[in-house]
Amino acid sequence: MAILVDSQTRLVVSGITGREGTFHSLRNREYGTQVVAGVTPGKGGQDVEGIPVFDTFQAAVTETGANTAMIFVPPRFAADSILEAENAGVELIIAITEGIPAHDELRVYNHLKHGGSRLIGPNCPGILSPGKANVGIIPAQFFKEGNVGLVSRSGTLTYQIGNELAQGGFGNSSIVGIGGDPVPGSSFIDIIELFEADPETELIVMCGEIGGSAEEEAAEFIAASVSKPVVAYIAGFTAPPGKTMGHAGAIVSGSMGTAVAKAEALEARGVRVGRNPTQVAEIAVEILGAHV
Amino acid sequence: MDLLEYQGKQLFSKHGVPVPEGRHAATVVEAVEAAEALGYPVVIKAQVQIGGRGKAGGIKVASDRTEAEQHAQAILGMDIRGFAVHEVWVEQASDIDEEYYAAIVFDRSAKQPMAMLSRMGGMDVEQVAETDPEAMRMTHVDPLLGFQDFHGRRLAFEAGIAADVIRPVGAMLGKLYDVFVAEDATLVEVNPLLITKEREVVALDAKVTIDDNALYRHPDVAALSDPSGEDPQERMAKERGLTYVKLDGNVGILGNGAGLVMSTLDVVAQAGGRPANFLDAGGGSKAEAITSAVEVILSDAKVSAVLFNIFGGITRCDEVARGLIEAFRAIEPDVPFVVRLDGTNDVEGRALLAEAALPNVHAEATMLGAAEKVVELAG
Repeated sequence: MAILVDSQTRLVVSGITGREGTFHSLRNREYGTQVVAGVTPGKGGQDVEGIPVFDTFQAAVTETGANTAMIFVPPRFAADSILEAENAGVELIIAITEGIPAHDELRVYNHLKHGGSRLIGPNCPGILSPGKANVGIIPAQFFKEGNVGLVSRSGTLTYQIGNELAQGGFGNSSIVGIGGDPVPGSSFIDIIELFEADPETELIVMCGEIGGSAEEEAAEFIAASVSKPVVAYIAGFTAPPGKTMGHAGAIVSGSMGTAVAKAEALEARGVRVGRNPTQVAEIAVEILGAHV
Repeated sequence: MDLLEYQGKQLFSKHGVPVPEGRHAATVVEAVEAAEALGYPVVIKAQVQIGGRGKAGGIKVASDRTEAEQHAQAILGMDIRGFAVHEVWVEQASDIDEEYYAAIVFDRSAKQPMAMLSRMGGMDVEQVAETDPEAMRMTHVDPLLGFQDFHGRRLAFEAGIAADVIRPVGAMLGKLYDVFVAEDATLVEVNPLLITKEREVVALDAKVTIDDNALYRHPDVAALSDPSGEDPQERMAKERGLTYVKLDGNVGILGNGAGLVMSTLDVVAQAGGRPANFLDAGGGSKAEAITSAVEVILSDAKVSAVLFNIFGGITRCDEVARGLIEAFRAIEPDVPFVVRLDGTNDVEGRALLAEAALPNVHAEATMLGAAEKVVELAG
């Protein structure tokens, strides 16, 4: 088991004919993901190394039975592409694109919450279920199959923590990047809920950062509804207020969203918080070691 | 992107939000000309990105030409908590009867816009929200539906504002929402929202933040500048397409990915150091980008040691190593570097660095070890 992507995943890629889109689609296929289609308006009928390209999501879904979409188009086209995928009935949409205007994300989020599709991202590295499927840009070579579910707002920080876990001898059920934007399609809570229900996952690691209140909300949820151990990390203790730290969502405004407040909220509800990535891995190894 | 008051007011005018008539001035002569054209009394307001301008003496009323000249002279060039005043906004003085507060904000938790209204405007609004939370009324707006008349009416009634201005204030909130959507704002705040002696509703101030990701849709806004708020290093980084935030320490930092860089700053601070900057070289960084980034970091004279913390995913460690070697060739830095390379092509990257044997470059195997080393070297 894993969550969200696995051997049943049939992937359609929007933006497959672009340079990055082609590169990562082929890498995902090489890993074993079933990449069944691409969508580029005007390039229907072509193929990318044998992957058929369609003009519309509707045609791609009808012809190939795609159930998962990866969005790789530039920011000004991304919201439209997500909505098109939803309109064509794609169940899971993973948006890698960075730099989508916040108002576009607002409209998409508020529309999707009434619909049937789940959105991961945007501005995220995607989802990797080691040994099963990789959808996105996570470098799979650092991760192996295992029992730690990892959910994160940051890509490279995930690699850092995943790598330290691997050195401690542990692997991952799934690694989910929810992205660093102010309006993520899925929150920590959405993903932690899936890990809680996943029999393979025995420990959940959540990797947060400054800005917003998603970590505080997750803390409440964990206390109320999660039986599995959760270890957390928060980046941005030294970030000054009012400065956006790289991710559009990573900004401390007023007294809201500081790393200290987030770490305290989590610890107050029994979630252990590592003060650096190494410590997170050490805590995780300690908990899992005790399980064995 | 945070707009200056007058830039926000110009957007307000475009969308039918009433503001006092005013003119922009960058010199004393221009300010006096503006005052003469507008007619006295006028208010001369410093244009800087910081609150508390009035208390700092950056907002003054002039009732004649002599006063206009005196005030413009005093305000232009003054320093308001670290922000030099390069420009003023001269506007007709308003007849103040009541001061309210109005805002459209982006509620990240609810993932919807939120409209806010209070009749206790003008003073420290955060304090009002704390001491008298009932005085600040709020309502969410479904972005798919947009602002409806009832939203404005409800807020106006709940905020307990004067009966004769219920409808005009509600309508004003609707117009502010129009600004919020049409201009891709993440914040539109008016404090005070003025009721004049003639019972007209006027925006006396404007605090507007535009989403950087949407600037491509607003070339006119993107072209606006704020000479007071720009740090030279941050401007240099922006021109080179790097994500850089200047901090006040002496340890220069470069990493890839926002989360990892934030984490690196924290780890350096935990080791007892003070980071000089946040610099995300981004995914897939090529050698030229690394060279360019080193130049930006070293342009800050306070930097006494630099830490490279790379975990390569899309980024290849050999590219980073090449960039660092190239940077050393081009600018011959005189401060020590600590380099930690892990991830894609890390073996090749470390080999390249070992072969180049750059003076004063220390390789470290772990993030924590690298942080301790750089703090020791920075002194």
